[in-house]
Amino acid sequence: MTSVVGTFAEALVDFVEYYFGWLLNLLGRVLDVPLDLLGNVLYDTEPLILIVAIAAISLLVTRRMITTAVITAAFAIIHWMGYWNSAMITLNMVIVSAAVAIVIAVPLGIWAARSEFANPVIKTLMDFMQTMPAFVYLIPAVIFFGLGVVPGVVATVIFAMPPVVRLTNLGIRQVPVEMDEVAESFGSTEFQKLTKVQLPTAMPSIMAGINQCIMLSLSMVVIAAMIGGGGLGQDIVFALNRVDVALGFEAGLAVVLIAIALDRLTQALRDGGNGSELRT
Amino acid sequence: MKSLDDEFHGIMTAGLGSLRSKVTKPFRNALESIQASEGDRARMEAVFDEAENPLDEDGDEIAIRVRGLSKIYGKHPGRAMELLAEGHTKEEVQNLTGNNVGLYDVSFDVKKGEIFVLMGLSGSGKSTLERCLNRLIEPTEGQIVVEGVDLTHMDDDLLREVRRRKISMVFQSFGLLPHRDIKNNVAYGLELQGIREEERLRIAQETIDLVGLTGYEDSYPEELSGGMKQRVGLARALATDPDILFMDEAFSALDPLIRNEMQDELQKLHSRLGRTIIFVTHDLDEALKLGDHIALIKDGEIAQIGTPEEILRNPADDYVSSFVRGVDSTKVLTAELFMKKVTDKVRISQGPRTALKILRSSRRSSLFVVDHDDRLIGMVKQERLIRAVNAEGSLMDAVITDVPTVAADSLMKDVIQIMVTTDFPIPVVDGNGILLGIVDPSVAAEAYSEGEAIR
Repeated sequence: MTSVVGTFAEALVDFVEYYFGWLLNLLGRVLDVPLDLLGNVLYDTEPLILIVAIAAISLLVTRRMITTAVITAAFAIIHWMGYWNSAMITLNMVIVSAAVAIVIAVPLGIWAARSEFANPVIKTLMDFMQTMPAFVYLIPAVIFFGLGVVPGVVATVIFAMPPVVRLTNLGIRQVPVEMDEVAESFGSTEFQKLTKVQLPTAMPSIMAGINQCIMLSLSMVVIAAMIGGGGLGQDIVFALNRVDVALGFEAGLAVVLIAIALDRLTQALRDGGNGSELRT
Repeated sequence: MKSLDDEFHGIMTAGLGSLRSKVTKPFRNALESIQASEGDRARMEAVFDEAENPLDEDGDEIAIRVRGLSKIYGKHPGRAMELLAEGHTKEEVQNLTGNNVGLYDVSFDVKKGEIFVLMGLSGSGKSTLERCLNRLIEPTEGQIVVEGVDLTHMDDDLLREVRRRKISMVFQSFGLLPHRDIKNNVAYGLELQGIREEERLRIAQETIDLVGLTGYEDSYPEELSGGMKQRVGLARALATDPDILFMDEAFSALDPLIRNEMQDELQKLHSRLGRTIIFVTHDLDEALKLGDHIALIKDGEIAQIGTPEEILRNPADDYVSSFVRGVDSTKVLTAELFMKKVTDKVRISQGPRTALKILRSSRRSSLFVVDHDDRLIGMVKQERLIRAVNAEGSLMDAVITDVPTVAADSLMKDVIQIMVTTDFPIPVVDGNGILLGIVDPSVAAEAYSEGEAIR
């Protein structure tokens, strides 16, 4: 039995579904576009070619042989264990979800940092989004978008957004007062202050948020298998149902390997905040 | 199904309109400010072209004129101002209204091209005062006139242009942008002005050369020492070619040796570039060394304004004299103050016999020799004079021409340094070599104790 709180939530979901169903439909189709585009690349390219490409990208981003070797080995092992197709589905969802989350979250974080009015509202919302158990997002996602990849992506975006919002907010707020004074005393407009002083100074913090966002996306994408997201998560759900230790461990290991690879890649981006790549 | 428009209208009329405007304000502000235009620059320049610098009583141009400037922190500044005008103390005002008095009724004039030092202990309001001058902090009352233009009521667009082109600032903890290399840090102000890249990097390079950082263009701030970082800060401020430079405790974070070096450097740059500089410091030695005029700030009010010498010799009150206690006054006082009239001198044409006579009657061991225009030639001593008289030679044969001299504005510390190498009075000469007076060794002690005498 549920109380009036649950009834209200249900009514709200129904209301949204009824009046804004068309909008959600449109959103689903919009999300399909990057999923299809990236999916085409990931699914149709020869695994070996893709592994070489991944190696090249990691070398370019990290500029370190050992890290590149680790990342390349991770994908090679996934291929060797026979989880390539599942892994690519998962990777596709992770990349698109994280990208969408970042595109929404960074402006939200900037807004929270610059407006004393928006800050508490956004903060509360983020607390709510982060602590609400991840599975709960799946329910309205299914109602709004049906089964499949898109509801998984939407639930993931919501789940993975908070750290980027928080760390962007925090990063900008931690910019020393003197830096703001520098910007103002040299005649910055508000926009110049944001883009030339606040964002670059906050960049290491924002990058830490993006790293977190990608890790959270990965964990949520696995959960999204429960509503037909597919990929490694589906393998794990199968293994759970059949109590298949071998399958479960292998699929789980594949998730860990992807996590390691993505973490090393984004960490290199973050450290780039103090290195040479990200500098103007 | 209700149309979306109706829904939206409903929400708007439900009073969310004001909410929405509140929510979007920061974004709108940001977007509007992107379009800061050349028009503002032209407007700013027209305003400054029209205005004329006010003159002081000596006819010197005034770069910054401040009148009745006050800054009250808190919710009821008006009430606090009334109470202050009625003669209540700041503590009383604080207790009655809960308002903090940052500055009260500050007035001063800064001459064009001088270094004007705002000096006071931490918390005295000196930094607040400086930030009020370019309205980084909005003053509660009073007037700030820069080059004849009132900044106090200027709109934001014009004020931004003033900050871009007229006034720039050097900060205590440097405030360099960590993600930019040195040349792009220096070019920052030019970038805000909208100058294209090659041009601003060219100017940045010139300024980097000017402050002696050639070769560090591609380094990052974290790779530089404190002194070098502040050179970058200085270069960044100079790159926009401002008329006025604000330096907020600019050298306070540096260690004493580097600080001294930077002070010398600033003096050199100042005599070369001739900008008006407002220099904030808590270090009296620094204030005395750099300042043409010094304003001592205490509790948000000016305790005394004057030249370094005026402040040292005539402290206005106990606060100021407690400040100047312990200052090595020989670093500030000049030879002129201790100079005596030359009573014992001989003209070169008067010959050795007259010289000997004057010397004997003066009971001194030596005598200065001058020409017809009172230009110093050298000095003579008794034994060489006697030899010249006996040899029937001229006075010139007896003259020692290798005599150390000082200028009227030489610091006493330098004069004393010369004194210890010689037994004679030090002649003071002007630019043409004309003998103005002498500084007697006996006054050295007096110069040292001058500070004591003030107390």
